[in-house]
Amino acid sequence: MAQSQGWVRRYAKAFCKGFFVAVPVAVTFLDRVACVARVEGASMQPSLNPGGSQSSDVVLLNHWKVRNFEVQRGDIVSLVSPKNPEQKIIKRVIALEGDIVKTMGHKNRYVKVPRGHIWVEGDHHGHSFDSNSFGPLSPQCGTAQLLCPKDLDGIFVLVGLEMITAAI
Amino acid sequence: MLRGVLGKTFRLVGYTIQYGCIAHCAFEYVGGVVMCSGPSMEPTIQNSDIVFAENLSRHFYGIQRGDIVIAKSPSDPKSNICKRVIGLEGDKILTSSPSDFFKSHNYVPTGHVWLEGDNLQNSTDSRYYGPIPYGLIRGRIFFKIWPLSDFGFLRDSPNGHRFSDD
Repeated sequence: MAQSQGWVRRYAKAFCKGFFVAVPVAVTFLDRVACVARVEGASMQPSLNPGGSQSSDVVLLNHWKVRNFEVQRGDIVSLVSPKNPEQKIIKRVIALEGDIVKTMGHKNRYVKVPRGHIWVEGDHHGHSFDSNSFGPLSPQCGTAQLLCPKDLDGIFVLVGLEMITAAI
Repeated sequence: MLRGVLGKTFRLVGYTIQYGCIAHCAFEYVGGVVMCSGPSMEPTIQNSDIVFAENLSRHFYGIQRGDIVIAKSPSDPKSNICKRVIGLEGDKILTSSPSDFFKSHNYVPTGHVWLEGDNLQNSTDSRYYGPIPYGLIRGRIFFKIWPLSDFGFLRDSPNGHRFSDD
C-alpha cells in the first residue's frame, strides 16, 4: 500500500517539476523568440498566399528581430489590427517616421509619418486593409517580422533566409 | 574540480533560464509591480509611487471606462504611459474645455480608447495625440502599494464630468 502511494507522489512531483519548467520556457520562447502562424487573405499577394483560397502559407514570425521595435523599410511585419484588437494583420513596412508617403485612397494625398509610427501597406493594392485606410500605425502594437514561408504539407521551402525586400 | 565547477555553472544557468521564463510569463499574463513617474495622474498617483498592475483584463478585453491603464507610448515605443480610460470605442468625447462656448465632440473609433491623465492641466494624453489603439494597452493598475500612507485601491477620477456621454 505504502509502495503504490509513494509511486504516485513521486510521479506527481516529477510531473509538477517538468510542467513548471516546460510551460514557462515554451511560452517565453513563443512570445520572445519565434512562432509559427498561418496567413489568411489575399492582401499580400503575390508575396504571400499566391494560390488564393486553395492554400494558405505558413510563416515563421521572428519576434527576436524586432525586440527593440527596429523595423526597416521593406520588411513584412505582423501587427495587431488597429480596428480590431483580437486580430493580427500582416503587411509590408513602406515608410518609417519622418518619411513623406504618397497615399492611395487615403483622405490626404501626402502624409508625413509622425514620430514613433510606421506606414504599412499590403502588396495587393486595392484589396488590402492597411495604412491607406487607417493611417500611420504604432509598431509597438505587437510586432513580429516574417522570416521564411514554408509549404503547408511540411516541406520547408526556404525563399532565402533573407528578408523579403520590397522593390521600392 | 573543473567538472564540479562546470556542473554548478550549468545548473545555475538552467535555473536562471527557468526562473526568467517564469518571471516573463508572470509579468506578461498575470501582472507585476510598476513604479510611476510624472505629474500627469495627480492626485490619484503621485510621482514615484509604486503600484500593482494586472494584465488579465487586457487579455480578456475587460478594460472599462474609469480604469487606470498602462499603455505603450504612441510616440516612443520604449516608454510606457499611465493614464485613465475616459472613453471606449464608439463613445462621444467632449474635446473642448469646459469654458468654451462652442462645444466640440470626437467619436472614439473602433478598436481605440481615449486616455486622459487626472491632472488635466499637466498631462499629454489623447487630447494631444488622439485616441490610441487598444493593442497598445499593457495592463490595468488597480492597487497602490507605496507610499504606505496611500496604501489601497485607487480612487475614482476627480474629473467626473469627463465621463458624460449623452
